Order: sequence, then C-alpha cells, then structure tokens
Amino acid sequence: MSVATLALPPKPLARQARGWLMAAICIAIITLMLMPLVMSFLASFRPLAETSAVPPTYLPSALSLENYQKVANYQQGVWTYVRNSTVVAGLTIVLCLALSVPAGFALARFPVPGKEIWFVLILASMMIPYQALLVPIYLMFAKLGLTGNHFGLAILHTILQLPFSVYLMRNSFESVPKELEEAARVDGASTAFQLRRVFIPLALPGMVTVALFAFITSWNEFIGALILMNTESAFTVPIMLTGVVSGDFGSVDWGALQASVVVSMLPCLLVYLALQRYYVSGLLAGAVK
Amino acid sequence: MSTRRNALVGLAWLTPTLAFVGFFVLWPMVHLVWLSFTSTSLLGGGQWIGLENYRTAFGDPKFWAAFKFTLLYTVVITPLLMGLGLALALLVSPNTPLRRLTRSVVFLPVVIGLASSSLLWFWLFDQQVGLFNQLLVDLGVIDAPVVWFRRAETGLAAVIISVTWKVVGFGMILIMAGIQSIGTDLFEAARIDGASRSLQVRRIILPLAARSLVMATVISVIGSMLAFDQFYLMTGGGPRGKTFTSVYWIYQSGFVRFDLGYSAALSVILMVVIMAMTVLQLRLQSRRRR
Repeated sequence: MSVATLALPPKPLARQARGWLMAAICIAIITLMLMPLVMSFLASFRPLAETSAVPPTYLPSALSLENYQKVANYQQGVWTYVRNSTVVAGLTIVLCLALSVPAGFALARFPVPGKEIWFVLILASMMIPYQALLVPIYLMFAKLGLTGNHFGLAILHTILQLPFSVYLMRNSFESVPKELEEAARVDGASTAFQLRRVFIPLALPGMVTVALFAFITSWNEFIGALILMNTESAFTVPIMLTGVVSGDFGSVDWGALQASVVVSMLPCLLVYLALQRYYVSGLLAGAVK
Repeated sequence: MSTRRNALVGLAWLTPTLAFVGFFVLWPMVHLVWLSFTSTSLLGGGQWIGLENYRTAFGDPKFWAAFKFTLLYTVVITPLLMGLGLALALLVSPNTPLRRLTRSVVFLPVVIGLASSSLLWFWLFDQQVGLFNQLLVDLGVIDAPVVWFRRAETGLAAVIISVTWKVVGFGMILIMAGIQSIGTDLFEAARIDGASRSLQVRRIILPLAARSLVMATVISVIGSMLAFDQFYLMTGGGPRGKTFTSVYWIYQSGFVRFDLGYSAALSVILMVVIMAMTVLQLRLQSRRRR
C-alpha cells in the first residue's frame, strides 16, 4: 500500500520517516537479543587454544568440534546427562497427560459432585511455591527410594505442571461441540470410546500444548534436580552445568562451558521454533484465566 | 443413562489427579508445617521444639539479609521488566512481518533454561574472556574490564541484566495480548479525530491494557521473590553471603547445613508470603473476567 493512497494523516513524509525509524529500532532489538545466543554458538566451535584467550576475540579464527569432544567425555559424558534429561522430560509428559486428560474430561463433561471444589483444589496447588515443599518432598522421596531416580524427579516436575495442564485440558474438552457428544451417545458408544474417538482428536492441540510445556519445564528445572539427583550418573543437564562452572576441570573451562550451554539450550529452541503457535497460546491461556 | 451413573464415571476419571495432588502436594504441605516445629536434621533424628525455629528465624540477621536482598532484587528488576515489556509490546503489536519477527526473537530466550542463560552470561561477564566486558571496553564505555562478581552491587547488576534479557519477552507477550484485544474501531475513531500516537497510547492503550500489565507485574514479582538459579550459578551467594535470596537461604539451611527443621520454618514463611501474593493475583484476574 503506497502512502499516497491514504487520505489521512496529512504528513506522508513524516509518516514514512517514522516507519523507517521503527524498522531501524526493530532491527537493533533483534540484533541485541540474538547477540548472546549467536556469540555462544560461535564460541562453542572455537579451537581449544582459543577458548581462554585474553583478551577474547569476537569470532573464532577456525571452527572445530574440540569443545564438544571434551564434554562428550566429561564425567559420565554429556550424552548420559542428555539422556537423563530426556527420560525425565518424557516421563513428565506422560504423567501430565495421563493425569490431566481424564481429569479435564471429567471436569468439562460430567456432573461430578463438588466439581468446582475439586477444580479449585487442583488449581490451588499452583499457589504453593514448590520451592517451599522441597524439604518434605525430599524426606518422602528418600523413604520411597525416589531420590536419585528419574521417575521421582518426573513426579516433582509433574507437581509443577499439573494445575496448568488440568486447566488447559478442561478448556479443550469444554470447547468440543455438544452435538458431537450427543451423536456419539445416541450411537451407544461407551464413555471411554467417546473420549478416544470423539474428544481426544478434537482436544489434540490442547494435549500438544500440555506436552510442550511439560517438556520445557522439566528440561530446564533446576533446584529440584539439584536436591533430588544425588548421584553423578543420574544428573540432568542443568545439574551437569553446575559441575562445569564450579571448575571440575580445575579452573573454569570456558570451551566446555560453551559447548554444554549450547547442548542445554538447543532442544528448547528447536521445540519452540517448531511449535511456537502452541507455546504462545498456552502461555496466554495460563496467565489470563 | 442416569445422572448418578455419570457422576460416578466422572469421579472415577478425576480420582487419579485428586490422589496425586493429595499425596504429593497437600500431604507434603501438612508435613512441612509439622517439620517446622521440629529440629529434624538431614542426617536423621530430631524432636518437637515448638516455635524455636521461628524464633531463630526472626532473630537471624542472615534470614533478614536474604529477605531484604530478595526484595531489593524484586524492586529493581520489576519496573525494568515491565517498562521494557510495555515499550516492546507497543512496538511489536502491529502484525507486520518485521514486527512479528521482532516479537519471536525477543521471546526466544524465554524458552531456554535459567541455568543455561545464567551460565551464558556468566561467561559474557567474565573479566578475562567475557565478550560483554570486551564490547564495553571497545565501545569506550569502560576503560578496563569490570570484575562484576567481586562486589554485591555489580553482581546484582549482572544478574539483572542477564535475567532481563531472558524474561523480558514474557511480559511483552502478555501486555501485547492485552493491546491486541482492544478493538481496531477504537483506533480508527481516534485517528479520524486526529489523535496523535502518544495520545492514543495514553488514552486508549494504557487504560484498556492496564489489567494485563498488572497481571504481568504480579507474575513477575512472584517469580522474582522465588529467585534461586541465577544467583546460585552466577554469584554463588557471594561475596561474603551478600547475594543470598530467600530460596537460596532455604536451600543453604536445609541441604548444605542439614538443618531441615529450620529450613521448613523458612519455607512456611515464604509460602505464606507467596500465597498472599497469589491471592492478590487471583482477585485481579476475577475482576478482569467481570
């Protein structure tokens, strides 16, 4: 659309200048926000000799995988920690879905006695900061043999993520048109069959959002993993990072630090870029309830 | 099919979640309160000591120092996050390709972990190999690299810079959603009346997006009051314990000094403070609905 076709405002030149200024500001902000990420990626591919150079250079003189080879052999090997984090995140996704899909279904579609009270009770657990519950949870898990255990950590991450998941699933099931449910009922389908064949396909976007948030929360969660994962072989990626920075290599090994930071960020960035739409809508649904 | 049967079926679907919440949230909460009246140690043992832990807490200068430091952090970072969040939201709310791209890029760091971003910035701030220091020197802002983590003030500043980079997109998205929910006809009318952009911001956007701004503020305040990862990884509570936050002090008391009873009492205090804030948040949200 050319500026000349607009009847308003009266000063097309000033308006055009303003447009260019805004574009310049946008580009400046993009550069500023991307810089730390880009620098970190580039630094992780520096040759070993360059990783601790003083003063530092902005760009690597050559690209190399030496830092990644180093972290591949760090303690138990970085892939052990990536695998641990993946297992915990996977279990968290399964637990969140297994609990929130039936609960959301029940809250949206059944005349459960005291329904509102149960719903508020589940949401109320969001009011309690899990950081404050770590002492009793640690003692409970120690008794149940769930410390240093992937399943135990996944339970903790589910505690964090469950209220949001139930809320989201209830909304998803509520938005399924009544007519569809009635049609299925007239056909004499059982409730389990209705859930599987009618509701779940329609509530799939909600389930993707639940899984996405469960993954990101679990992959990044720090203090719970720090307390519960007490054996090196069970560490998740964020806990491995503490070892890298506290100087298990002697002093801080900057190259190893870069490579492990990149390994820790990459899955989240990729998942977000692939499922951006679900992420933003979920975030808004969670905050604006 | 009777309603009664439906009610039972529904309850059956709901039971696993209720059991989970009861067992892993409500019971630990009750247990936490009980523990706070005992001298339970991580090494085992402990007995009922009544209010002793609370008396210790309120007389403990380190508890107060941690609490005040957490408040200071919250009071400094919140206006920064909300001010920048609002400015960015105003910038990116039109749906042009460049502004959509800006939106996505600003939001990008929100999805990475606080531990990852803290270590990323720990490197950038380093006095020897850090590129942030180097950039400031090259731009002539400072003469020589700053040792950020030697003093509590600069350490706090470094944490605030890194966290702002990481979470500013969160406030931006919430506020932007508030702005975008305002009907376009309002802006049309304002434009036809010849209202300037700044007048539109003041008279239309701010009043109508105020609730989403307040909401973002409350969420951000609660998050800041629970800060731990960024300080644990960047300052380690130092120098000389000056940058311990409330959660850090709970962690330190319980899992470094093994005093679980005392840690539980501190947790109860924190829980009460956060719950009060959440009630505030919920009240704001329910007003929004009406």
